Amino acid sequence: MTKPILEVKNLHTYFDVEGQTAKAVIGVSFDVMPNEFLGIVGESGSGKSVTSLSLMRLIPDPPGNIAQGEVIFEGRDLLKLPIEEMRKIRGRDMAMIFQEPMTSLNPVATIGKQVCESVILHENLGQAAAEDRAVKVLTQVGIPDPRKRLKDYPHQFSGGMRQRVMIAMALICQPKLLIADEPTTALDVTIQAQILELMKEVQSLRPGSATILITHDLAVVAETCDRVIVMYGGLIQEMASASDLFRDPKHPYTRGLMGSIPHEDDRGKPLYAIPGNVPSIMDFPKGCRFCTRCDVVMERCENEEPELREVGPGRFVRCHLEGLDTPATSNTEGN
Amino acid sequence: MSPTQNSDTPLLEIKDLHVHFPIYGGILRHKVATVKAVDGVSMKIHRGETVGLVGESGSGKTTVGRAIINLHKAMSPDVELSGEVLFDTKDGQIDVNGIARREMLPHRSDIQMIFQDPFSSLNPRMTVQQIIEGPLTIHQPDMTPEERRDVVAKLLDRVGLQPKYAARYPHEFSGGQRQRIGIARSLATKPALIVADEPVSALDVSVQAQVINLMADLQKEFGLTYLFIAHDLSIVYHIADKIAVMYLGSLVEYGTAEQVYKNPKHPYSKALISAVPKPDPDGKREERTILQGDIPSPLAKPSGCGFRTRCPIAKPECAKGIPELRDLGDGHMAACPFAE
Repeated sequence: MTKPILEVKNLHTYFDVEGQTAKAVIGVSFDVMPNEFLGIVGESGSGKSVTSLSLMRLIPDPPGNIAQGEVIFEGRDLLKLPIEEMRKIRGRDMAMIFQEPMTSLNPVATIGKQVCESVILHENLGQAAAEDRAVKVLTQVGIPDPRKRLKDYPHQFSGGMRQRVMIAMALICQPKLLIADEPTTALDVTIQAQILELMKEVQSLRPGSATILITHDLAVVAETCDRVIVMYGGLIQEMASASDLFRDPKHPYTRGLMGSIPHEDDRGKPLYAIPGNVPSIMDFPKGCRFCTRCDVVMERCENEEPELREVGPGRFVRCHLEGLDTPATSNTEGN
Repeated sequence: MSPTQNSDTPLLEIKDLHVHFPIYGGILRHKVATVKAVDGVSMKIHRGETVGLVGESGSGKTTVGRAIINLHKAMSPDVELSGEVLFDTKDGQIDVNGIARREMLPHRSDIQMIFQDPFSSLNPRMTVQQIIEGPLTIHQPDMTPEERRDVVAKLLDRVGLQPKYAARYPHEFSGGQRQRIGIARSLATKPALIVADEPVSALDVSVQAQVINLMADLQKEFGLTYLFIAHDLSIVYHIADKIAVMYLGSLVEYGTAEQVYKNPKHPYSKALISAVPKPDPDGKREERTILQGDIPSPLAKPSGCGFRTRCPIAKPECAKGIPELRDLGDGHMAACPFAE
C-alpha cells in the first residue's frame, strides 16, 4: 500500500481572543497521498486556511496556538520539530502559494532575488546556478523571456504573472507538497483558467508529489481536485472523492452549497439558499455546528455533536442522519 | 416636453458613451496620457429587464455603471465625458450625461445603485434607520419622521431583516445582512432602474444565493429594471435576460442570455465562457480556449481591435479599424468581422 505523504491527526488550532478561546480548527484528521490533488472547501470562518497554516506552522503565536495533534511528514511529527528544523522543511519539502500575489511578494526586491532565495538557502547553490534554476522554473510557469525578467520588480508584472512568479518560487526546490491557499480568487476568470491549468500541469511534472488546494469555490474544486474535504465551523463535515461528492453529496451543508451555485439547466429559478449566516466563531451551537442552518435538523442535532463516520470506501460524513433513511433533499426556499 | 413614457422607448439608452480620465504629469501638471476607460459604448435597457454587463477587471463595466448614475463628475472633476445616456422619465427623455445637477435632482431618485463592498458602502457612524431614510429626506422632504420610520421598517422586513434592527449600526451585521441593508436603501425612493455593481461577489457562496433570490423577488414585486454588473458569468446567466460583454472599454457582444452564453460569437466571449469553471468533475467538456497573456492597460490600447493581442483568430487586418458591433441575426450583436 502506498504511504501517504502527509498524515494529519486530530489537529486542534485555537486563538486567544480577548481572553476567550476561539476554536478555529477542531480535531481535523486526513491523509494526503502521492500524486493527489486534494481540495479543502469552506466559507469564511470554516477553518480551511487555519488548517493549511497549521500544517506549515505559520500560525502567529500569540494569539494562536496549535493545541493538539500530529502532522506526520516523512516519519516526523512537524509539530514537535525545533523551529530551525521546520524552517528547513518550509520552502524545500513543503511550499505554499498565497491568495494575494500583490501582497505576498516583496515590492523592493527583484523577482530574481525572490525566486532564487529558497534554492540558495536550502541547496547551497551559487548565484549563477540558482539563476539558471530560476530561469528554468519561470519558463515552466510560462513567464516569457525569464532571464531578462529576473531583474524586474513585482510591480512590473500583472496579477496573473505575479501569481505565476509565486508558483515558480514555491516550485523551485521541487517540494513534495504544495499548499495553495485561494490561488485564483484575486484573478480574472480567463487568468484563473490559465493558473489552474498550470497547477495541474506542474503537479504532473513532479511524480509522487501532492497539492492541497484551499478554496471557497466548488467549481474550482470540481475542475482540479481528485478528493475533497468540506469544512464548516472548524470541523471536517464531509470527505470524498470529487466525483462521489458532486454526484451524491451526503452532508446537508454540502448539498446546500451545491444548490446555491447556479446551474445552467435551472436558469432563472430560485437558487437553494442555506438560511441564515455563518455564525461568528464564538457563537457556534453546542451540538452539530450546522444545526442552526440545516433544513433536515432533528432534536438530537442540537445537543450532540455527530462523529465523522466512514459511510463507504473513502467516504466520510459528519451527520446524525447518515445511516438512517435519509429524507430526500428538501427544496424549501430559505430566504 | 410631452410625456413619451411608453413601452417602445427603452428605459435607458446609452449612445456612444466615452469616459476618459486624463492623467497629469510633470511640473506643470499638463496632460500626459488618457485612460480611455469607456470608449464608444451604446446599448439599450428596456423596462422590467435585467441586463448583465460582464467583463474582467479593466474592461470598463463599472465605469459604465457610474456614468448611468452620473457619478463621474462628482468623483473626478477632470473626467472627459461624451455621448448620451438617455433616461426615460415621466417628463420625457433626459440626458443624464449632459444635464445640470439641479435638473437631475428630481430624477435622481429613479436610478439607484447597489455597491459591491457591503463594508465600505454603508456609513459606519449612521444607524440603519439613518442609512435607509437618507434618500427619502432628500427626495421626499415632506415626509414626517414617523412616516419615514414606517417606510424603513417595511423595507427592512421586505429584505429579510427585523425592523428592530433599524437602531443598530452597520458593524453589528454580517456581510450578507449589510448587502440587504444596501438593497433596502436603494429601494427607498421606489426607483425604476437599479445599477447593481458586483452585488454578490464579496459574499460567501451560501449567502450569495440568498441575495440573488432576493433581487429576483424584488424585481417581480416592484417591476424593477436591473443593470447587473458582474464578472461571474454563471451568476449573470442565471439572473439576466440580456448579456453585454465588455473588453477594454468597448462592447464586444450583446444579445439574449441564451444567445451569448450558449452560442457566443465573439472570440473573447467564447474564451470567457469556456474559462468558467463547471461544478461537475465527471462532465465532459468541450475543447477549452485558454487565452494567452493579460488584458492590456487601457493607457496603451492596441490599435484596431482591442482584443487582437490575445485573440486566437487575429489577422493582420485586425490592427486597422475598430470593428463595429453588427447584428448577426435576431438581435445578437458581435464586434468581430469574422464572427458568424
